Parts: sequence; structure tokens; C-alpha cells
Amino acid sequence: MAGNQKILTGEVLDERVEYDLEGLCQICRLERRQVIELVVENVVEPAGEDPDHWRFTGIEVTRIQVAARLTRDLRLNIPGAALALDLLDEIERLRAALQRQS
Amino acid sequence: MKFKDYYDTLGVSRDATADDIKRAYRKLARKYHPDVSKEADAEARFKEVGEAYEVLKDPEKRAAYDQFGKDWKAGQEFRPPPDWDVNFEYAGDGAGEHAFSDFFESLFGRMGARQGRPDVRARSVRMRGEDHHARIRVGLQEAFSGGTRTLSLRTPQASPDGHVVTKTHAIRVSIPKGIKEGQRIRLAGKGSAGFGGGPPGDLYLEVSFEPHPFFTVEGRDIRLVLPITPWEGALGATVAVPTLGGTVDLKIPAGSQSGKQLRLKGRGLPGSPPGDQIVTLQIETPAADSAERRTLYERMRDEMPMNPRKHLGV
Repeated sequence: MAGNQKILTGEVLDERVEYDLEGLCQICRLERRQVIELVVENVVEPAGEDPDHWRFTGIEVTRIQVAARLTRDLRLNIPGAALALDLLDEIERLRAALQRQS
Repeated sequence: MKFKDYYDTLGVSRDATADDIKRAYRKLARKYHPDVSKEADAEARFKEVGEAYEVLKDPEKRAAYDQFGKDWKAGQEFRPPPDWDVNFEYAGDGAGEHAFSDFFESLFGRMGARQGRPDVRARSVRMRGEDHHARIRVGLQEAFSGGTRTLSLRTPQASPDGHVVTKTHAIRVSIPKGIKEGQRIRLAGKGSAGFGGGPPGDLYLEVSFEPHPFFTVEGRDIRLVLPITPWEGALGATVAVPTLGGTVDLKIPAGSQSGKQLRLKGRGLPGSPPGDQIVTLQIETPAADSAERRTLYERMRDEMPMNPRKHLGV
């Protein structure tokens, strides 16, 4: 049966895809002011001068979604979520290095 | 449906105070948060902990739940007695963001409906469906060449009477060529159905790689430890090397030692730019397991004296 199924093609959230602020708000289910707050706290650094010209990559979409979940689920404030994200990245790098050595 | 022991889930006693419950929940939420924890069942545990807290933090729900506490054990087959909840007033908002278990729904889902409180699942409210997350393991060869994968997904859906039921369905997803470890694929509109005509949520697939017998991955670069003989290292040679795209010839320069790295440009995972394959040479010596071989080693010792430990000052 699986053989007849339609093959779904998704969008890889990498550095090649870009969203503007409106598109980002929509897929992350956040309001404009919440995203602006995340940018102000350096959780992500979009390209572009001002909110109307910001461009976010797929990687930044993921960072914003994780930050939003951490603030909601663990009651972190935004600088706390930013710190947690940086530490999670660092752990990921160290885990990968450890795996390469073993 | 199995009975769930919410006290056990949070690791608190039945007479725990509201503060004890809050503390236990916060600690477990940090431990099992799916964005933080690498444990395989983190997401399921996080949901269980959230569900237990949803009940035990609320004095009314907790009192209703405590009715069962004396007689039931976790995992027992459970069916709530008819009209068990008649004497309890339920002041929740009808549904949180997360879908809870059938056990929770059978106890508290109908309480919400009976009180006629606003329920996000009701037809009158338009709301986008929940996003879903799943992890998929992909072989390195599949990441290199691309492929398709059939996934079995369990998704909560609203039944006509406002309850949530879990349905299993299969989808076939294309694995794009050159996908990297940890990357996420977004399938727009493939999450939960929306409520009241709202759009569906999205489905996110997080990719991890199955371990390969000899390749390891670093971003788009592929690493390989390549064993060579002492004479291949000393004299130079052209040897066959496996890559994800097939076997290629690699020229080993004369005078190569163990640990030397050679780069096969563009032979890693595809992308723009594609990754490289980085080959680390490792010299293996033949065993001195016959009289002839011993003689050869002795000749080398006598005719090629060397001190590989000179830099250690010994």
C-alpha cells in the first residue's frame, strides 16, 4: 500500500531557505513583538537593517522555535533561553567531537 | 485504557503539597524537555509529566483524581465508572496546547464539555492544528543519494463530540539528497487538523544518521581512517578508497606517516558547496609471525636505525 502513496517533499530548514518577519511569525506562531524581542536579545541575527527587511534562515527558524518552547515550558526569560541555546549548541559540538574520537 | 498514576509520574507522595508538586514538575520538565534532553523517550516522558502536573496542580482535578487513587495501580485496565464526576466542578480552559492521553481525556475531557465552557475543539472556535515533531534515522548512503521513507505517525484528532482520539496513519516522505545530521524537514500542513475550519499544523522531521561501519560525518564532510602498509606510506602508492559515491583511487605521497590527512575534494555529502572526504592514514605493520618475517624486521632494525621518541627527550 505504501507503494501507491504520494511522496511528500518537505522544506529543509537550512541556511538556504529564507523567511521574512511575517512568514517567520506564521510558522513559529509568534507575534511580531515576540520575534523582535528575540532579535534584540541576540537569540538570532537576521540579515537586513530593520524589521520590514529582516531575512531569517531555516536555522534561525529552528532557534526561534526552540527559544519559544523553552520560555513557555520551562518559564525561562529570553536571555535565559538565549543562554540555554548557546549551551545546547556547545554540547552538540562537544558530543560530535567525542563521537569522532571514539 | 490503562490507569495512570500521576503521583508516581512526578515522584511525589499522595499527600504532597502544591509546592512539592510544582518543584517536582519543574525539575522533571527541565530533565525531559525534548529540546534539551537526548534521551530517546524524552518527548513521551515530558508529555506524561505535563499531563500529571495538569491534574495535580489543580485542586479540583486533583480531588477528582484522588477518588481513584486508593483502588487503582498504574498500568491496570481502567474504565471510569459512569457519572463519576458529577460532584466536581471543573474550571479548566477545556484544552491546553498539548493533547493528553486517552486516560486524561476520559476523566477530564468530558468534564470540560459538561460545564459548557469554551472549548478550543468546539466547532465555534477557529484554530490552527498542533505542530508535530518526529525523529527519523537515515543511513549515510541515503543522505548521499536521497531516498524516500515511510513513516507511521500517531496523531491526536478531534472526534465530533469534542474528544481527542489518537489515529495512526502512514506517510511517505522524500529524503533530500545531501541532508545533514540534525537538520529539520518541515512538511507544511501535515500536523494535526485544525479546529473549526482552522488550517492544519505542520510536521517537523529531525534527521539523525545511523552509525556507519567505517565512515563518520562532520557537517557535510565524511571522515575515514584508511589503513595502509609501511611500504605504501614510505614509498608512496595509489590505493583504492571507498567513498559514498563509489570506490576511487587515492595517491599516497611517499614519506606519509600515520595520522596524515588527505582530502578528497567534493566526495562528501552533496550540497553547495559539497563536503569533502577526509582520509586519515593509519600504518599497520605485518606481524612477525614466521622466521622469515622476523629476519626481515631484524634487518630493518640493523640497517634503518631510528629513534621515533627523540622529540620526547628519551
